[in-house]
Amino acid sequence: MVHGRGDEMLKRRIIPCLDVKAGRVVKGVAFVNHRDAGDPVALAAAYDAGGADELVFYDITASSDERAIMVDVVERTAAQVFIPLTVGGGLRTVDDMYRMLRAGADKVSINTAAVLNPHLIADGARRFGSQCIVLSIDARRVSEPGEPPRWAVFTHTGRDPRPTGLDAIEWARRGVELGAGEIVINSMDADGTGGGYDLELLRTISTVVGVPVIASGGVGAPEHMYAGLVEGHADAVLAASIFHFGAYTIQAVKHYLAERGVPVR
Amino acid sequence: MSIAVIDYGAGNLRSVVRALQHIGAPLTITSDPAVVRAAPAVVLPGVGATLDTMQSLERLGLVPAIRDVVASGTPFLGICVGMQVLCEQSEEFGPHPCLGIVGGAVRRFPAGRKVPQIGWNQVYYAPHAAGHPLFGSIADGSDFYFVHSYYCDLNDARDIAATTEYGVAFPSVLVRDNLAAVQFHPEKSGRCGLQLLTNFVAWAHVS
Repeated sequence: MVHGRGDEMLKRRIIPCLDVKAGRVVKGVAFVNHRDAGDPVALAAAYDAGGADELVFYDITASSDERAIMVDVVERTAAQVFIPLTVGGGLRTVDDMYRMLRAGADKVSINTAAVLNPHLIADGARRFGSQCIVLSIDARRVSEPGEPPRWAVFTHTGRDPRPTGLDAIEWARRGVELGAGEIVINSMDADGTGGGYDLELLRTISTVVGVPVIASGGVGAPEHMYAGLVEGHADAVLAASIFHFGAYTIQAVKHYLAERGVPVR
Repeated sequence: MSIAVIDYGAGNLRSVVRALQHIGAPLTITSDPAVVRAAPAVVLPGVGATLDTMQSLERLGLVPAIRDVVASGTPFLGICVGMQVLCEQSEEFGPHPCLGIVGGAVRRFPAGRKVPQIGWNQVYYAPHAAGHPLFGSIADGSDFYFVHSYYCDLNDARDIAATTEYGVAFPSVLVRDNLAAVQFHPEKSGRCGLQLLTNFVAWAHVS
């Protein structure tokens, strides 16, 4: 077997994330026509056509009736969009995972449920394979300036963030040991600021786990994605509002990255 | 007559079926060896481990049927683990025999890379295979979606229709006569993946 030039041709991935509630995309998306602005299936198809490497649906639905709607959304998306789809939000059991995977999701993302029951990671990985199980971590910096950096894991970050007592780096390592195939790391400090990822957090996680790391939280411009991929050593970047409101197209971001030597599709 | 898509519990069965349905291919989902033998073309999907896959194929009595349809000239497409089990043996979860239809072994990626390889990577045609109908309307070096920790280390360079680099240059497409197999997931590789499936269906003369 010939030795290759390395893994430089494995592309860094750009992954739009859509928040879905009761079958509709929350806040809408500006770049499609008004009629489709809230339809997750139409938006998934538009992002696929626009060069997205994968898609994430994050279900922020409250009731179980509405969860059935999400299964239907996933089924309809999988029938016409042929790039990888991850579904997260509210998945608490292996059966919850199975419903989404059977409906057409390629991966499931778990967060709070994994903190409450870490064996959910192992059970899911054993049944569906590690490649299906994405562990999503919400982390906030808790070290004082001048101290070695530390980040704590929180759950319920939407309304009332609850500390878990877990160290983010240790939790990422444990999650991979239990069978997580990818780690999404969301900086609560950076999220919503548009000022860029927490690069030190990303870099630290990337050096301790041997699975792909996906950066989330804080993107406001293409240079933030460049920094996350190059300085943060992330394998992929997750983004929402930068694409949804039409500030940048995926192709524009990829062009920006490619010009600077980052391999993109 | 419709393509037999072999159902042995593979995680990507439904995705493969959806993609084939999307391109208008007539298909039958089956775990019946007799249906597999009678089909004008066969697709073997796959996700996960070669050991589980071999055990499932053996339990369902599908191993002789797969060997026979490949030997008899039926167009055949293996996907991901459906490619890997064509080899003689695999080292995943301890060395164990596979179908032995092509010479080679299933090996883990060498240390130093993130494993599994997850994502889009480029597929480069071997010079002897660049004009193969399976590659019609797909540019050399196109990106396909990969998810795997092991790859096929094939013995005969003539079996290697395309390679991809991830620490090693590994065979990403295998073609020998009527037998084709891909390490990536065409059902998740967007336009290029659907084109490859369309090309397979045309090559197999199923419509």
